[in-house]
Amino acid sequence: MQSTDSQAVITMDRVSKHFGNFQALKDVSLEVRSGERVVICGPSGSGKSTLIRCINQLEKHESGTIRVDGVELDDTAQSLNAIRAKVGMVFQQFNLFPHLTVRENLTIGPMRARNLSKADADILALQYLDRVRIPEQADKYPRQLSGGQQQRVAIARSLCMEPSIMLFDEPTSALDPEMINEVLDVMVELAGSGMTMICVTHEMGFARKVADTMVFMDHGEIVEKSEPGKFFKSPESHRCQEFLQKILHH
Amino acid sequence: MKKAIPLALITLFLSGCSDKWGWYVVDPTTKSGWTNLQFLFSGLYYTVLLSLTAIIISVIVGLLIALPGLSDNKYLRAFNRTYVELVRAVPILVLILWVYYGLPQISGIAISVFWAGVIALALSDSAFQAEIFRAGIQSIDKGQYEASHTVSLNYVDTMRFIILPQAIKRILPALGNQLVYMLKMSSLVSVIGMQELTRKANELVVTEYRPLEIYTILLLEYLALILVVSYFVRRLEKSMRTDERN
Repeated sequence: MQSTDSQAVITMDRVSKHFGNFQALKDVSLEVRSGERVVICGPSGSGKSTLIRCINQLEKHESGTIRVDGVELDDTAQSLNAIRAKVGMVFQQFNLFPHLTVRENLTIGPMRARNLSKADADILALQYLDRVRIPEQADKYPRQLSGGQQQRVAIARSLCMEPSIMLFDEPTSALDPEMINEVLDVMVELAGSGMTMICVTHEMGFARKVADTMVFMDHGEIVEKSEPGKFFKSPESHRCQEFLQKILHH
Repeated sequence: MKKAIPLALITLFLSGCSDKWGWYVVDPTTKSGWTNLQFLFSGLYYTVLLSLTAIIISVIVGLLIALPGLSDNKYLRAFNRTYVELVRAVPILVLILWVYYGLPQISGIAISVFWAGVIALALSDSAFQAEIFRAGIQSIDKGQYEASHTVSLNYVDTMRFIILPQAIKRILPALGNQLVYMLKMSSLVSVIGMQELTRKANELVVTEYRPLEIYTILLLEYLALILVVSYFVRRLEKSMRTDERN
């Protein structure tokens, strides 16, 4: 919507990645501008997760280049550290630390990696718990929370690192249906704050509401990339049309 | 099986009344019997001290050996495998003799009986500890590493604050087993003259010629000691289970 003239903050150029004989990414190129909200969809095994996992180097790409905020991702610890500080990630399975309280889940990163004092980290944690609307759960353990609450804690945990880019890997796929909206609401609010976001999701209502750019992937390739109006009304590729028909059945 | 234990105890008690037994040797109501009992119990101090010192060292060494075993680097993994396979292949008794009589000759440093025992027991146990730690760490979900990565924790912090606290909770029963094992194996250190439970019993047998009664007391000493240890390990497990996952 706004910020169409901002610079590319993520540039992927002909990125490839194999798992054994299976090619998860085939020469994928993608540019994401600062503040842009990108939603990636596609059938399972199409490479969506691998694509965003390459951006924060949870997966190492084999060929091509990825630049994040001016830093080229290579195998050096330097580039890895630079990326981790800038890019937050939310997982399908939440991946909260089960032996730590909610507050400790949020403060461990800021205290150990950003050298914040415990008091400062606590303030930060409560601020972000407030933002995901569960400040009263600070001293509980993850297992005491519902799935939706756990995922909101996971979002707050990432935000506590104050990243400039947030990656979401199917954040609502593991949730019971009645909890999906509470997580999406938080993500919509975050999208309104100007955060650069890349979301792998099949929540097309959410996509319509916040996405600046829609990306459809299939067989490790970006098949379609357009703004949401065009994407949903008249997708160019046959595969994308077919996919949308399947998931937009109502 | 459940019936066998009381049956055995009854047999023991009844036969104790027969002329094969001579419980007088450890009868606490007589002066000499009481002195003998005190002599037997006095070995407890070194059995416990030796076992605890050895287990602490073997846990630390075991962890340090386990970590390279989990590395991506194949040389580090090979180091782990070699250590575990070599150390596991040496009988504890042989290791005790080698450390006490052999090691001073090549190192030129005299080793006390106590430290020879500690080194041999810890070394031998460390291979098992390494395998226990490796299995425990491997049982932690990959997502925990990925989440640690996304909040910028480095390797040491990830291990220290995220992975090991969860892994240790899971391997606690196995660590408890190793402690029990260690208490029993410490009896072998008697061969180099360590004044622990078994050595004390051996010495008393030589002067009193009542092996049956004295070794029966020795058995009961280990039994009591290990039951107490098991009880505390179980309580520790219970208290740590309060914040288990989901």
